[in-house]
Amino acid sequence: MNFLDQIWLIPLFPLLGAALMLLFGKKLDPQPQSDVAAAPGVEPIDEHGHDHDQGHGHSHDHGHSHDHDHGHSHAHDHDHGHDHGHGHHHHSPWKFLVSLICPGMVLLSFIFSAGAVWQLSQLPVRVHQVIQFTWLAGLPFHMANGQLATFTADWGFLLDPLSSVMILVVTGIGFLIHVYSIGYMAHDNGYYRFFGYLNLFVFFMLMLVLANNYILLFVGWEGVGLCSYLLIGFYFHKKSAGDAGKKAFIVNRVGDAGFVLGMLLMLSLLGTVRFTDVNAVLRSGHYAPEVAGFGVLSAISLLMFFGATGKSAQVPLYVWLPDAMEGPTPVSALIHAATMVTAGVYMVARSAALFQLTPHTSSVVAAVGAFTAILAASIALVQNDIKRVLAYSTVSQLGYMFLALGVGAYWVAIFHLFTHAFFKALLFLGSGSVIHAMSGEQDMRYMGALKNKIPVTHWTMFVGSVAIAGIPGLAGFFSKDEILWQAYSSPQGSQLLWFIGLATAAMTAFYMWRLMNLTFYGKSRVSKEVESHIHESPVSMTGPLTVLALGSVLAGWLGVPKLWTFFGENWRSFESWLAPAFSSAAAEAAKEGAHDASTEWILMGLSVAIAIIGITVARYFYHHKPEIPHELEGKLKPLHGLLYNKWYVDEIYDFLFVNGLCKGGGLLLGSFDRNVVDGGVNGAGWVTRFTARVSMWWDTWIIDGAVRFGSFFVKMLSYPVCILQTGRVQAYAFFILVGAMAFLGYYVAR
Amino acid sequence: MHPVTTVHYLVLSAALLLIGTVGVLTRRNIVIILMSIELILNAVNINLVAFSHALGPDHVQGQVFAIFVITDAVAEAAVGLGILIALFRNKETVLADEIDLLKW
Repeated sequence: MNFLDQIWLIPLFPLLGAALMLLFGKKLDPQPQSDVAAAPGVEPIDEHGHDHDQGHGHSHDHGHSHDHDHGHSHAHDHDHGHDHGHGHHHHSPWKFLVSLICPGMVLLSFIFSAGAVWQLSQLPVRVHQVIQFTWLAGLPFHMANGQLATFTADWGFLLDPLSSVMILVVTGIGFLIHVYSIGYMAHDNGYYRFFGYLNLFVFFMLMLVLANNYILLFVGWEGVGLCSYLLIGFYFHKKSAGDAGKKAFIVNRVGDAGFVLGMLLMLSLLGTVRFTDVNAVLRSGHYAPEVAGFGVLSAISLLMFFGATGKSAQVPLYVWLPDAMEGPTPVSALIHAATMVTAGVYMVARSAALFQLTPHTSSVVAAVGAFTAILAASIALVQNDIKRVLAYSTVSQLGYMFLALGVGAYWVAIFHLFTHAFFKALLFLGSGSVIHAMSGEQDMRYMGALKNKIPVTHWTMFVGSVAIAGIPGLAGFFSKDEILWQAYSSPQGSQLLWFIGLATAAMTAFYMWRLMNLTFYGKSRVSKEVESHIHESPVSMTGPLTVLALGSVLAGWLGVPKLWTFFGENWRSFESWLAPAFSSAAAEAAKEGAHDASTEWILMGLSVAIAIIGITVARYFYHHKPEIPHELEGKLKPLHGLLYNKWYVDEIYDFLFVNGLCKGGGLLLGSFDRNVVDGGVNGAGWVTRFTARVSMWWDTWIIDGAVRFGSFFVKMLSYPVCILQTGRVQAYAFFILVGAMAFLGYYVAR
Repeated sequence: MHPVTTVHYLVLSAALLLIGTVGVLTRRNIVIILMSIELILNAVNINLVAFSHALGPDHVQGQVFAIFVITDAVAEAAVGLGILIALFRNKETVLADEIDLLKW
């Protein structure tokens, strides 16, 4: 079977699943109406949040004063335990069908993707384009240089090394998370809806990474945004969830505006949006790198990067991602950690040819990435909500990826994207498993000593934490170390960027082990009722965790450092696989100079050492001497407050944009409305009335006058004749006689 | 004694026509107007019969025609009186000059 020509099928499988679910799902999985009314929070997390809503007036932050004794609905907890006894499928056989179709569709996509990628690797030139049809056809327009071009976009798919990595990540991790969701969402009312959205998401994500032009990519880009919105607001009866969904949607639209402008500017400059054409033009040498000044290409790349900051949660548009944790945990893992948020990274990597020509934008990318990495990591240090720590960790790791993109190490960014997908999905799913075990508790202050109660979750999360902390041998080390090395050694890199990266790595190790210690080790701070329900998750959840843990160990071995000469070229296949996607004259020119190996060894040693220090400090703080963090918190109150409140960025945005711009703008628009718009409308009304008056006068006197005069004239003419018509029969008879006599007389006289 | 010739008939007929015409034009009562119309018709009949007689026994068309006219007169009288009665019911008058509905 030729998978390569069938790549258009890859996105269609999940679309079919989504269509089935969203059209017929309600019939397959009837919703028990009474259930909805009685227990609005059937899903564990939701129940937690819901109680808060009613009890305390929920703030958008989970780490507030927590009245633990009545934080849970006990009645439901019993149900919860009960259901476990029966296994995970609801009693309806149709629900089983849902859990068969949706993950099955993604598995099919994965099989087709794997087949296609295998066949691609056999080709001499590893680019395969399938164009189904011309989707947007032909408005002619003048390009910036006056040439005539047509505005066209294909419905076409491009499989090259870059997109093949992406489709494998999306379908592979996506499949695991689908399987996990079978267990995690088993008690949920919106089962079919959840899977429908999830499949729809996979469809759009695959469209995004398989598109062969920017406009089709943008379709997927907006589609995943929509699915993200739908899934963040999955528990829409919770106000905080609805708000988080809206926030994500609106913040993303701000970025999208930049993306669209960049796309249009590119269209105006190059006359095409197809990746292969754009890259060919940009690499032809026709455009020189804009080293000296900030030109059109720099503007295009900066606008596109602005779009990426929205989707990939970078400063200044990262604020939606932590709030997105209102969605179910599998969604956090799939969309808000492993796949969708990497779309920006993918897009920038896809535009590598453009960014290679625009060093100014690239340095902006690197700076924004580094700043985001350290900002988010610093916030993650003090958060108490387990998912929130991971959310900021995601923002921070995405910052790493942009740092790598900014210094021109595109393959490293994709490599980190690849390894990060494994361990961050693992950590999120693990946290979901913890939350599941804790009957919906997300606050790490009320966890502890879970190690032996949920061993599989613990060990898999342990692997994930080691991986993200950067301990040699696991996935995170390889990609993160490569980023740090590139930040240091690349011509666009600098020691400052490297140092920020290193500091972020230390923080990463610290907050991950803070999380592990608070959750799994130390003394139990779990309340009694919750404790009695703690249970390991079902196989459908621990299975994916185990597979992802394996991935977190092994994924990094595709990109072993060049320094480790003991390993052959085969251990560095990731770089050579991606090389054709990023190589160009400009990149060749900027090739790193020879650095001496000892520097690299020292830097590597430093990054490992700092990871170990971070882990040790966290272990010391939260395991051996749990009172230290409290003392520190007391001593450094302003700093802690600053971090705990996330640098008050949300508040600043609220003040500047929500209140300042939107409401101030509202006032401005109000007066504009009253004076200019209403004035215009009223003026137009006056003019209309005046002309109506003129027209009425003309009608009355000229048109009607003419008609009336005509009738009057005829009437006057008829008057003498009317006198003859008396109505008296005898008069008529007399006229007849006179007439007859006249005729007779005429004949006689003649 | 002079024999009665066609001229005598014609004189009688002319006299009747004159009387009838004056009656139609001058009398106000519709009943009398109808009677005057009968006089006119009979003047015509006398003419027809007189000419028929003058042309000899082979020519009876005039007499046949006179019978038609009589029939016609009957029908006309019936319709005329019917209209008169209907008119009287609505207008309570039989005077022709008081009925001037046929006006513009």
